Amino acid sequence: MNPIKHARNWGSRALPKKDPNFGHPLDTSHGPILYVEDVSVSFDGFKALNNLNLYIDEGELRCIIGPNGAGKTTMMDVITGKTKPDAGSVYFGQQINLLELSEHQIARGGIGRKFQKPTVYEALSVYENLELATAGDKRFWSTLTRGLNGEQKDRISEVMETIGLTDSVRNDAGNLSHGQKQWLEIGMLLMQSPRVLLVDEPVAGMTGEETERTAELLTSLAGKHSVIVVEHDMAFVRSIAREVTVLHQGSVLAEGTMDKVQNDPKVIEVYLGE
Amino acid sequence: MLTQRLLTSDKGGMIVLAILALTCILVPILNLAVPESSPFHVSTFTVTLLGKFLCYALLALALDLIWGYAGILSLGHGAFFALGGYAMGMYLMRQIGDRGKYGDPLLPDFMVFLNWKDLPWYWQGFDMFWFTAIMIVLIPGILAWVFGWLAFRSRVTGVYFAIITQALTYALMLAFFRNEMGFGGNNGLTDFKDILGFSITADSTRIGLFLASGIALMLAYLACRYIVTSRAGRVIVSIRDAETRTRFSGYKVESYKLWLFVFSAVLAGIAGALYVPQVGIINPGEFSPLNSIELVVWVATGGRGTLYGAIVGAFSVNYGKTVFTSFYPEAWLFPLGLLFVLVTLVLPQGLVGLLGKIKKNRAGDNSDKQTTDKADTKEGA
Amino acid sequence: MTVMTTMERFKKVGPTMVYRECLKVLLVLLATLLPLASHAQASETDTEFYALVDQVASGSLSKRIKTVDAIAELNHTRSAAILEALQEGALKNARGKEGLVVIEIANDQYVDAKTGEPIIDKDLGRLKRVPIHNKLRGQIRTLLAQINLSSADEEIRLSAVTRLITDGGDADTAELLQSLKANETSAAVVEAMNTAIALYRIESDDATVRLYAVKQLRGSLIPEVRGPLKALVTNDPDKAVRIEAERAIDSIEGKLKMFRFGENVFFGLSLGSVFLLSAIGLAITFGVMGVINMAHGELMMIGAYTTWVIQQAFPNQIEYSLFMAIPAAFVVAGLVGIAIERGVIQFLYGRPLETLLATFGISLILQQAARSIFSPLNRAVSLPEWMSGSLQINPALSITFNRLYILLFGLMVFFALMAILKKTSLGLKVRAVSQNRPMARAVGVRASWVDALTFGLGSGIAGIAGVALSQLTNVGPNLGQAYIIDSFMVVVFGGVGNLWGTLVGAMGLGIVNKFLEPYAGAVLAKVLILVMLILFIQKKPKGLFPQKGRAAAD
Repeated sequence: MNPIKHARNWGSRALPKKDPNFGHPLDTSHGPILYVEDVSVSFDGFKALNNLNLYIDEGELRCIIGPNGAGKTTMMDVITGKTKPDAGSVYFGQQINLLELSEHQIARGGIGRKFQKPTVYEALSVYENLELATAGDKRFWSTLTRGLNGEQKDRISEVMETIGLTDSVRNDAGNLSHGQKQWLEIGMLLMQSPRVLLVDEPVAGMTGEETERTAELLTSLAGKHSVIVVEHDMAFVRSIAREVTVLHQGSVLAEGTMDKVQNDPKVIEVYLGE
Repeated sequence: MLTQRLLTSDKGGMIVLAILALTCILVPILNLAVPESSPFHVSTFTVTLLGKFLCYALLALALDLIWGYAGILSLGHGAFFALGGYAMGMYLMRQIGDRGKYGDPLLPDFMVFLNWKDLPWYWQGFDMFWFTAIMIVLIPGILAWVFGWLAFRSRVTGVYFAIITQALTYALMLAFFRNEMGFGGNNGLTDFKDILGFSITADSTRIGLFLASGIALMLAYLACRYIVTSRAGRVIVSIRDAETRTRFSGYKVESYKLWLFVFSAVLAGIAGALYVPQVGIINPGEFSPLNSIELVVWVATGGRGTLYGAIVGAFSVNYGKTVFTSFYPEAWLFPLGLLFVLVTLVLPQGLVGLLGKIKKNRAGDNSDKQTTDKADTKEGA
Repeated sequence: MTVMTTMERFKKVGPTMVYRECLKVLLVLLATLLPLASHAQASETDTEFYALVDQVASGSLSKRIKTVDAIAELNHTRSAAILEALQEGALKNARGKEGLVVIEIANDQYVDAKTGEPIIDKDLGRLKRVPIHNKLRGQIRTLLAQINLSSADEEIRLSAVTRLITDGGDADTAELLQSLKANETSAAVVEAMNTAIALYRIESDDATVRLYAVKQLRGSLIPEVRGPLKALVTNDPDKAVRIEAERAIDSIEGKLKMFRFGENVFFGLSLGSVFLLSAIGLAITFGVMGVINMAHGELMMIGAYTTWVIQQAFPNQIEYSLFMAIPAAFVVAGLVGIAIERGVIQFLYGRPLETLLATFGISLILQQAARSIFSPLNRAVSLPEWMSGSLQINPALSITFNRLYILLFGLMVFFALMAILKKTSLGLKVRAVSQNRPMARAVGVRASWVDALTFGLGSGIAGIAGVALSQLTNVGPNLGQAYIIDSFMVVVFGGVGNLWGTLVGAMGLGIVNKFLEPYAGAVLAKVLILVMLILFIQKKPKGLFPQKGRAAAD
C-alpha cells in the first residue's frame, strides 16, 4: 500500500452505484475528483500498469509524460472502463466506483476521453458530430423520437465557438484538417459536459500555430473541468503544465512542477537511458 | 416537416416509392379489369411473382437497415423470414380444418400421419388470425432479442457475428427438418385452403396478398426512413463508423444494436408471413444458409446503406434469377457466385452507387467520390 | 477330474448321448491327426467321401441322419462345405445325371459338391434341392461346430465358438467344448468356450450349477450373455442365483459403461480430428491473415475429388492411392487457393465482411463447377485394404482403422504445420506479416508474396482434409458445406490466431458432440452446441486461447 494516500471516506464503499448518472452528486469534499489506487494491469505477463497511484484534483490541469510503454494509454483505458484492471481501485469522487461501470455509464457520468488518433464521425457533419455528443438522454427511444431542445442547440453553438469551427458547421467532419479534427473531438468532449477530460496526445501532428491554439484551449478549460493531458511534446507540456506526473514502467516515477520533475535524477536517467 | 425528412430529402427513395405505389394501383386493375385477351392483361402468375418479389424486397430492406446502417452483417436473416412464414403457415394449416386428406377436424395431415393424438401446445391459438399476427411479430422479435442480447453484450461483431448468425439459421434448419418438432419435418406446411375465409387460389385473394405486401413494403420503408433520419439513426451510423468513440460519448452501443436488430427481424418475419400464402408452402429449406446469403447479395447489388437500394437490388437480382433459371435451370449458382465477387470487387456501392457515379461523371463533378466510398472502407475497421 | 464331475451334472444323459460321446472323442483324435491322415489316405477317403455325398443326395430322410454323421466323421476337407450347403439348402441333386451333386454358390453358379470345382457350361438337367428337416438341421449344426472347433486355424475355432454362443448350444456341444478346452492353446478361444459352456449351464436344473455358471459370466462383454442373465434375475426360482445374476449384470454394465465411455471418447476424437483437419487451414487464413474464407469447404471438396480422380486414373493402385492423393490434393487445392488470393482476396484486405461475401461467391461457383464436371451425384471413393476393417479390442469395443488413421493423420498435419510456422523462414515471415504488415515490409518481407503462400498453405491443408474426408463419407458437391460451419465454430471456440486453440477447440467440440448425441440425437446435439457456444462467448468473447496484449484490446 502506498503510504502517501489521500484520505477518502472508506465507509461509503459498499453503496450500490449502478445508476447511469450515478444517482447522487459527485462528492469531491476531500479534494481529489479522481482516485487511482494501486492499479495493476498485465497483458500476457507484461505489466502495463504496476501499482499505479494517481490523484487528480477538481479543476486541475495535469500533464502526464513518460516514455513509450510507460502505461499512459492503459491508464486512460482503466479510468474510462475500457480495460478492467487485475488489481486496485478507481474512484470518481468519494463514492463512485468506476470499476463497476461500463464505458457509456462512465462517459455519461462525466468523464470524457479524446483518443490518440482523432476519432470523429467522418460521414457526419460537424454539427451532427457535436449533436451526437450532446449531454442528455442517450437512450434509444429518446434519440429515436426526440430532437434536441433549444438549450442543447445553444450549447452546440457555444462549443463551436470555443473550438473555432463555427464556419465549418455544415461540412463533413471527414473534410476537416487534422488539427480541426482534434479540436472537434475536444468539442465533442465538451458537449458531454464532463467533470474530467482525458486528452491523449492532443498536439501530435499539429502545426506550431495549431499547437499554440490547442494550448490556449486546454488552459482555458482547466478550472471548469479537471483536465488530464498525456503528451510527448515537452515544449507543449511546459507551456501548459502546472503539475506534471512522470510514468515509467507502469507506475509513477516522479510528480511535481515541470522544473522539479526535469531536475529529478530518476527522470533524467529514464529519459537519457532511452 | 416529417414528409420532408422521410421523403423529399431522399430522391432515389422517393422515385422507388412512387413506382411501388403505381404498381400497387396498376397491377390489380390490369389483372382484374382488363380482359385476358388484351395485351395489357397481367396474369395472376405474374401478380404472384411480383408479390413474392415485394416480400423479398421487404426482407432486403430489413437487412439493409442493420447491415447498411449499423454495419451488422447477419447471415441468418432468412431464419426470421422463415419463422414469420412458419407462424403464418400454422395459421393456414389450422384453417384447413377437416378438409385435409385424413379429415381430422383438429390435427393437420402430417400429425395424423405421424399418429399424433393431440395438437401440441405451441399449435394452440394459431386458428385465430389476431393471435397469429401477434406471433408473426413476437417470434422473430423475441429470438432476435435473445440472440442479439447475448451477442451484442459480449461485443460479438463483424465476421464473428456473421458466422454465428449463419450457424443459428443452420441449426434452426436442422431442427425444423425433424418430424418430432411438429412442423411437418421435411415437407413443411403446405396444401393451404384459405386465408381469412377467402380461397387462397382465387385471383382476388392473390391481388389482396399482393396489395398487402406492397403496402407493408412501403410502410416499412417509411418506418426505416424515420429511424435512419432520427438522432438515433445518426448514433447508429456512428456506431458503424467508430464504435468505441460512440461508446465513450455515453451511448449504450449494445442497446442501439439490439433494438435495431429486433426491428429488422420483425420486418423479416412480416415479409415471411406475407410470402407463405403467396407461394403456398413453407419448408425447412427456407432456413438454409444459402437463402440468407443470397439475400445479402440482393442488398449488396442494389447498394447498401440507402434503403431503396435494397428494394432495387431485391427486384433486379430476383428478376435476373427468374429469367436465368428459365433458360438454365441448373446453373443459377454460377451467375450468383459471380455476382458476389463482382459486387464486392467492383461495385461496392451497388447499382445505386453506380447510377450516382454515372450522374456525377456526366455533371463533371468528381469531388464527392471520396464521401461515397467512405462508409464502405470504414466497415472493416 | 473336475471335467468329469461337471460333465456328470449335464442333463439329458441317454443312449444317444453315449454314442455321440464316442464320436466326439474320435473327432478330437482325428483333429489332432488330421494333417497326417489326410495326406496318407487321400484317394481312399475321397472314394468313401464321394459315395457318402451321393448317399446324402439321394437317400431317404431318415438315412440321411446317419450319412451326415458319417460325412462328418470322415472329416474330409470338403465335409464342412457339404454340411453347410445342406444346412442352407444349397446342395442340389442333378436328376438324371447319375452321381452329379452340386452346390449353388450364387444365383445360377454351381460347383461340384465333391471336388469343389466350378461347373461351367454344363447342362445340369433338372436340379432338386436335397431336403432337410429341423432335426437334421440341429444335428448338422452340432457336427459343423465339431468340425470347425477342431480346425487347426485359430480364427475358425473362435468363430465356431462364437456361433455357438449366438445360436445357443445343447448338452452335446457343451460337453464337446469342455473336452476341447483342455487342449486349447488360444486364450481368446478358451474364454469364448467358457462363456459358451456357462451360457449353456445357466439353463441347468441344478441351482448350484447355475450359480457357478453365473459367476463365470460375470464381467463378460459378449452381447449374448446379457439376455439370459436378465431372464435369470426375474425368473430364476433360486434366490442366490437371482442375486448373483444381478451382480453379474451390474458388473457387465459397469464394464460396458466404461467401454462405451471409451468408445465415445474415441468417436469424439475422431470427429474432432475431422474438425481439426478442416479447421486448421481456416485458422491460418482467418487467424493469421484475418481473411474469412467461405470457400474453404469447397477447397476440401476439391481435395476429395482429387482422391476420386486419382483412384479412377489408377484403378489397380487403390492401396497406394492415398499416398498419391495427399500431395496431389495439397497441390491442386493450394493452387486454387493461390488463384483465389491473387484474383480476389488481395484487393479486399482489411475488409473482412467483403472478403466473406466474395469467397462465398467463389464457393458457389466451385460447387456448381463440381456439379457440372462430376455430376451432382455422390461419388464413392474406395477404401484401401489397410484403411478398412477395425481393431477389435474386446467384444464391446472396436476401433475402425479409417477413423484411427485419420485421427493420427490429423495430429500429424497439425504438428507439421506448427513446425512450419515455428521453424521455417516462411513461417517466420507469415508471423511477421500477420503481426505488423508495414513493419514486415520495411524489413524486406514481400508481404503480398507471403499472403499468397499463406493462403495457398491454408488451402492446401484444406485439400488434404478433403482426402481424409473422402475416406469417411461420399464425395459430392455439397461435401464442403457440411463442415464449414463446424470448422468456423472450432475457430471461434478455440480463439483466433492460436493453433493450440484450434486443436483443443476441435477435439473439445468433437467430444462434446459425441457425448450429447446419445441423449439429444445428432441434430439437437448440434443445436445445443451452438447454444453452448453462444453462451461460452459471453464468458470468453475471444475464445479459449485469446490473443493477448495491447493489439488485441483494440
